[in-house]
Amino acid sequence: MSDAIDRPNAPDDESPAIRKPVSTSSEWTFELIRQYDEEIAKCAAEFGLDTYPNQVEVISAEQMMDAYSSVGMPVGYNHWSFGKQFLSTSKGYQRGQMGLAYEIVINSNPCIAYLMEENTLPMQALVIAHACYGHNSFFKGNYLFRTWTDASAIIDYLVFARNYVSECEERYGVDAVEQILDSCHALMNHGVDRYKRPSPISAAKEALRQEEREEYLQRRVNDLWRTIPKLDEDEDPVKRKKRYPEEPQENLLYFIEKNAPLLETWQREIIRIVRKLAQYFYPQRQTQVMNEGWATFWHYTLLNRMYEKGLVTDGFMLEFLQSHTAVVYQPPFNSPWYSGINPYTLGFSIFIDLRRICEAPTDEDREWFPDIAGTDWVKTLHFAMANFKDESFIQQFLSPKVMRDLRLFAIQDDDMEDSYKVTAIHDEPGYRELREKLARQYNLSYREPNIQVWSVDLRGDRSLMLRHVPVDRVPLGKDTEEVLRHAHRLWGFDVHLESVDEGTVVEEYHCPHPPPLTP
Amino acid sequence: MGMTHIVDRRLNGKNKSAVNRERFLRRYRHHIKKAVAEAVHRRSITDIERGENVSIPKRDIDEPVFHHGQGGHREMVHPGNRDFVTGDRLPKPEGGGQGQGQGNASPDGEGMDEFAFQITQDEFLNFLFDDLELPNLVRKQLKDTESFNYVRSGFSTQGVPAKLDVIRSLRGAHARRLGLGGARRKKIRELEAQLADLKSAPADLDAAFSHDDQIRVLEDEIARLKANVKRIPFIDEIDLRYRQHLKQHKPATSAVMFCLMDVSGSMTQMHKDTAKRFFILLYLFLKKNYKKIDVVFIRHHTSAKEVDEEEFFYSRETGGTIVSSALKLMHKIIDSRYSPAEWNIYAAQASDGDNWNDDSPICGKLLTERILPLVQYFAYVEITPQDHQMLWHEYEQVQAQFPASFAQQQIADPSEIYPVFRRLFERKAA
Repeated sequence: MSDAIDRPNAPDDESPAIRKPVSTSSEWTFELIRQYDEEIAKCAAEFGLDTYPNQVEVISAEQMMDAYSSVGMPVGYNHWSFGKQFLSTSKGYQRGQMGLAYEIVINSNPCIAYLMEENTLPMQALVIAHACYGHNSFFKGNYLFRTWTDASAIIDYLVFARNYVSECEERYGVDAVEQILDSCHALMNHGVDRYKRPSPISAAKEALRQEEREEYLQRRVNDLWRTIPKLDEDEDPVKRKKRYPEEPQENLLYFIEKNAPLLETWQREIIRIVRKLAQYFYPQRQTQVMNEGWATFWHYTLLNRMYEKGLVTDGFMLEFLQSHTAVVYQPPFNSPWYSGINPYTLGFSIFIDLRRICEAPTDEDREWFPDIAGTDWVKTLHFAMANFKDESFIQQFLSPKVMRDLRLFAIQDDDMEDSYKVTAIHDEPGYRELREKLARQYNLSYREPNIQVWSVDLRGDRSLMLRHVPVDRVPLGKDTEEVLRHAHRLWGFDVHLESVDEGTVVEEYHCPHPPPLTP
Repeated sequence: MGMTHIVDRRLNGKNKSAVNRERFLRRYRHHIKKAVAEAVHRRSITDIERGENVSIPKRDIDEPVFHHGQGGHREMVHPGNRDFVTGDRLPKPEGGGQGQGQGNASPDGEGMDEFAFQITQDEFLNFLFDDLELPNLVRKQLKDTESFNYVRSGFSTQGVPAKLDVIRSLRGAHARRLGLGGARRKKIRELEAQLADLKSAPADLDAAFSHDDQIRVLEDEIARLKANVKRIPFIDEIDLRYRQHLKQHKPATSAVMFCLMDVSGSMTQMHKDTAKRFFILLYLFLKKNYKKIDVVFIRHHTSAKEVDEEEFFYSRETGGTIVSSALKLMHKIIDSRYSPAEWNIYAAQASDGDNWNDDSPICGKLLTERILPLVQYFAYVEITPQDHQMLWHEYEQVQAQFPASFAQQQIADPSEIYPVFRRLFERKAA
């Protein structure tokens, strides 16, 4: 039986351990969870995993649905969209269409992980290893999270946000707040700084500065609109051409918060809250493959280590491996269950293969990865975890072997051609191209349209001009008009959007519609 | 390690999403109301009281974001290649569409472009009765102004003087006095007997046991004991007993609903079904407002009879129509069983409008003089697509006299039941 189980960590000289399992039943108790956590923590320490302290919360299935529908925020402001999420989650769950994911983990310090009471003990151990040591060490170690989020402040900030929103609801009415939130959510993905590092959020400081900011914000906005030079003082056409903003702005919500002429200060504050949350989730959106891959790699490695130490039974391992296999299953492209590449599979495959390349490199590996073949695998994996995001991680570490194992291939779909074309497959001439294409697929700015604030008509009708720069001629989707209406609600004056491909306007959108006549 | 903190959160509230769910229902109340209204038409009586599946077109609840549309030049990497090699060309599906085509249906018949969810029975009824309020509700007996009865529940050692129970208190005092003094009185009696013996006996010669000394000792002891007994209070605080009363919810929020229906030959099963639906609505509506509801079914042709629900809706009768018979019976039942002081009385009468012409004025008189003063509301529905008949015109006069507690409407078609119901019970401007 134990032969069937892969034992990647077994040192060659170690004699088979005497089995002294922590438990033999699959029923969990709090004491057993504590013991398992202790043992897993010891294993994690052997591999140098550095984590925030853990807070494991045991919850019921209903509570898990609650956690689900608040998009992973342990405290959230109220909004109908979370209710919609809840309705669809609970419906799917009741019908047995979907199991609840057995883990949700919050990037906070302490790191909060939920265990569902229905889970068996092996499942609880899996979740602890996956979330409390896998995800947790990723949150603490990955550069994006280190740069963009402040794990120790997020819970307090969420509490601040929730209270602020509910105060606004009391003062200005649920409908008014809902409208602002709807509009902010529509622009949320374009409410992040991609390059600038934001100041970390802190609830205490937020609350303190908030009143101050109210005044300051309003003054700034007023200044902008008051100090517009008079038309006749400014006849120099070059000067007149000077744009505001001088450089295109990528963070639409930030720009609106700071510059929209008519917003009230509480509305600006709500925009700020949504934008801060978008920023908080931004690293997660860019590291899905890595983050899940890393956590999956570690639950696999840690529990196998437990097995080697004789701490878990064969039965435990069988149950664990069954779940693990389900998690990393990748349906092929022509399967009815296919819905894109499974990030767990891809991430796990890359990390497992990285370890192999370190421990047992082939000639191919030495050629492709001269710097890491044969090195200390723990250090190499930590380096890979800490310094990359999905796009660069794939570009750097996706090996030919993984491409072969997953049998990856690239399909080109061009609307100018009447057939699809296979542009690269998992073979010698295709590896590099395939890797590049897959990496690009995980570039957020490739996945989402590139839309920036282009200019504001300060002297004229105060209209806001957004500019979309298409990539590979891909146009904007059918929601565009609707999103523009939300932008218009926030901005308060006309909003225009132009798709400009290599200097030519290929598409225009206007709100209100139709566009006003331009002289 | 001690780094991990394990918390049991299972007892924390699980309805964290309740507010968000409520927000969602609030936002889409128009969709839901429509679904509920349709369900009322569709459902049979027995299952009117459960939740409802509601579907909303997905596009109505989409949260729009900027995203890519179709077209342009794209490349996607997929797993599971079988026999493709670089340079292969694959035909695009007909119509140039991407993806899997439109109108996917799930196995249970819900369209994929519908967002479907369930509302609970309570939510269902809330939406059903939204904006409705029974007219002329008597506040004294409304659900939210609950009234109480005080019922005796034994005695207590504490209370206000007004509730002092004198007999019980004195009885207690007596028992206490007996209990405390009994042993001493017995002793006194014994000593007195000894004393009498001693006094009657001849004097002893032994000076050491002199009679006088012994008598004095006994007398002293008796006097001490008597003083002791006297010190037992006649009544003590611990003797006091107060009558105790408990607040008890009075089922004051009770209503009786009279269903009056013409079952003469001219009423077809279709008429009855329509009437039935109307009664269901009224029943559910009352149920929402009152804790306890009695329903009285009165069917009539030329004579009236109180029957059970089954017989009311389903047994067949023929013959002419005398409406006043039902009204008389109703009045009799109110008199004997439903005092208007304790009951909110509602009545709904359904008929196809047929009546023996000479009877209609009698009906009008019965209503205005005897019934309407007693009831909260009397609703009459005439189920006929045809012109009004005599009874309707008579009732028009009744309505003029009692605009607040009498209303009549005509239903020509089952689909009108709900609107008519709403019209009958719509919130009256205060």
